Amino acid sequence: MKMRLNKKLLVLFTLFSISAALHAQDMNALVMKVKAKLEKVKDYTADGRMKTDVAFIKAPIGRVKVYFKSPDKFKLQRDGGISVLPKGGVSINIGSMIMQTGFVAIDAGMSTVGGTAVRVVKLLPDAEAGEIILSTLYIDETNLLIRKSVTTTRENGTYEMELQYGKYASYGLPDKVLFSFNAKDYKLPKGITLEFDDTDKAVKDKMKGKKGRVEINYTAYTINTGLSDAIFK
Amino acid sequence: MWEHLQIELYKVFKRPRTYLSFAAITALIGVIQLGLLVDGKEYADFVMADFANSFSVDGKILNGYFICYVILQLLLVHVPLLIALIAADMISGEANMGTLRILLTKPQSRTAIVMAKFIASVIYTLLLLIWIAIMGLFLSMLIFGTDDLFLMKSSYVVIVKESDVFWRYAGAFCFAALAMVTVAALGFFLSFFAENSIGPIVATMSVIIVCTILSTMNIPLFNLIKPYLFTTHMITWKEFFDFRVNDANEAIIGSIQYPDKIIRSATVLAIHIVLFVGSAVWLFRKKDILS
Amino acid sequence: MQQIVKVSQLTKQFNSLTAVNQLSFSVESGDVYGFLGQNGAGKSTTIRMLLTLITPTSGEISIFGYDLNKHRKEILQQIGAVIEKPDVYKYLSAYENLKLFAKLSGVKPTNKMLMDQLEMVGLASRAHDTVKTFSQGMKQRLGIGIALVHNPQLIILDEPTNGLDPQGIADIRNLILILSREMKKTVIVSSHLLNEIEHIATRILIIDKGRKLVEGTSAELFNDQQTILQISVANNDTAIQTILASNWAINLLPERDGQIMVGLNKEDIPNFNRMLAASGVDIYSLQARHSLEDYFLQVTAGKQHVGTFTN
Repeated sequence: MKMRLNKKLLVLFTLFSISAALHAQDMNALVMKVKAKLEKVKDYTADGRMKTDVAFIKAPIGRVKVYFKSPDKFKLQRDGGISVLPKGGVSINIGSMIMQTGFVAIDAGMSTVGGTAVRVVKLLPDAEAGEIILSTLYIDETNLLIRKSVTTTRENGTYEMELQYGKYASYGLPDKVLFSFNAKDYKLPKGITLEFDDTDKAVKDKMKGKKGRVEINYTAYTINTGLSDAIFK
Repeated sequence: MWEHLQIELYKVFKRPRTYLSFAAITALIGVIQLGLLVDGKEYADFVMADFANSFSVDGKILNGYFICYVILQLLLVHVPLLIALIAADMISGEANMGTLRILLTKPQSRTAIVMAKFIASVIYTLLLLIWIAIMGLFLSMLIFGTDDLFLMKSSYVVIVKESDVFWRYAGAFCFAALAMVTVAALGFFLSFFAENSIGPIVATMSVIIVCTILSTMNIPLFNLIKPYLFTTHMITWKEFFDFRVNDANEAIIGSIQYPDKIIRSATVLAIHIVLFVGSAVWLFRKKDILS
Repeated sequence: MQQIVKVSQLTKQFNSLTAVNQLSFSVESGDVYGFLGQNGAGKSTTIRMLLTLITPTSGEISIFGYDLNKHRKEILQQIGAVIEKPDVYKYLSAYENLKLFAKLSGVKPTNKMLMDQLEMVGLASRAHDTVKTFSQGMKQRLGIGIALVHNPQLIILDEPTNGLDPQGIADIRNLILILSREMKKTVIVSSHLLNEIEHIATRILIIDKGRKLVEGTSAELFNDQQTILQISVANNDTAIQTILASNWAINLLPERDGQIMVGLNKEDIPNFNRMLAASGVDIYSLQARHSLEDYFLQVTAGKQHVGTFTN
């Protein structure tokens, strides 16, 4: 009797391990399929409108130009004006969400982003030396599009990116990117500002929000035109 | 009164000390501009030290609009002295020179004489502000160029779009002019109580310093009187450089966050001007001229 | 004669000090009206009230027949005044000062008019020099030029000879005579230089402690039959004792400049002289004085503020 139970457990364990291994291979394959889709775009230039949405920053919407060249050249350039971005730069490069090599993809179940069902896949790097420690991708399996990613980096904390797609979905290029981060409270001594502090308490409390967002709405992409490396210098 | 005003302006601009004020402004602004041209980055880094821990700011922060803001912040503390030099000398200077008694034996009403003198002080003040605008704003724009205006208030940061800045400066300078006219009115009023200029000039600056201290300190007793002190309202020009945001935290171009503050401060300053000048006229009509 | 200025019961109180007390006087057309009094008598205060620089506590002032209170502007258009030391704008030239004050007086000055005025007061050659380079006399003359630029009918001069040298004083005297006799102006002049007033004034007002003491023409005020005898003797004490013991004790006046002063009728002088000689008083000189200064001292009880110097 005891022997029969052990045999059953062994078979179940073996089946589970094979299933897990097969599933891991499935996640890897899914990620590679998404990567392959993204790799169709060798380079692009995009016009966009960028908004820095932080509780204690009042800023106008600015125009930006974004340049990308495969595999990892990326540049965000203001089209005039002053822009405020979280320290460490804003990695709004979609490709940066997926590590280039040496990762393990683990299935973390299903979820919903913006009403779309997505597969949650955690990417763990093989090597420890890279900037990214952990990356969680929310992948729209049907369209092979990354709807959201949460990336933990070694130097610049954790940031979240949410992507919305439109007419450039077939290239994996979003119409809108929302980049979220944590911001420290800001306070400047009145001796420098030479102000009398009579700001409403309600306004002051509103300014104490800790979450910040950078939102870019892309208005046009120019894809695979053969960008020069000089642009990224 | 128009003829008398012309005479008063003639006298004001014939005096060397009038040009001293313009020279002082030129030198002050020049020094600030030179300093920021040479070491502006260090100044900007110092001011933004805390902010730069979390954010990187890209763009030409040290542009003409920013420089002008720095200049206004510093100068509007010191310009009252230059205004008092002329305004507080208007009556006391004449008494000191001995010309007041000749002036008052002429067939002009005392009210007309006082008002002409005060208006001459106001015109001088406005010309000084225009000079500050030329040197502080236009010259800074020429030297440093223009871009968005990046301002750090005590509890939040404001970035004003370049195309949205200039009209705000026009408003700010108009408000600063009102504030400085209030200083002129105070100096003018104090000028009645002395027969030499030093006393009213020192008294004007003393009143401003004391009231500024009362306006700044956060003590419950002082908080009761703060709303009525003109020094509390003199810096409201800064409100022109704050705008409203919509629910999506997007800047509403062309808006002002607290327009009611500006109106309230302007009203308080106007009331002070009326009180000071009205008192001066009333006193002058009754005053026995013994000098 | 037309009354140009009529002052009735004029009073000015500064806190507890009554500077002018129920003063009444009148100035007639063409007068050179001498306004006399010791320092602090109330002359300047009265003049400043005539010029609306000081508001009277009570009383009435009428000039050219109009109430000064109600017709200030019209009256001042016809008055030119020099008050004590005439101060002008030192950073302007004589020409600029004159032009400025001419405009304030309601005149539209032309270049010729201004230069003629400067010529009259002897400043044409210095017209465009700044006043800070002027001497006191030149400033005084400029002040008079300013007072006259609008051709006023009434000229008020308060201590016009202050700080002037003898030539300057003589110039002012001549100017007043020209104004009065040639230009037919009415002049009110206050001064403490009594011998100057004596030569030019047609009528005199003497005030003391804000009150009128006497008012009238020289002829009305000075009695030809009376005189003041100034006596120089070997021994003042002996002489004074002698006089006090005589019938003329009541005529003894306070000493002046170390000399004995006695007020006498002219016909009594020989008898008085004989009395002194008979009493053994050694007389060096006897001088009969009949001047405004003597009259002034007599009327104001000759109070000397500084003790007589004796060598």
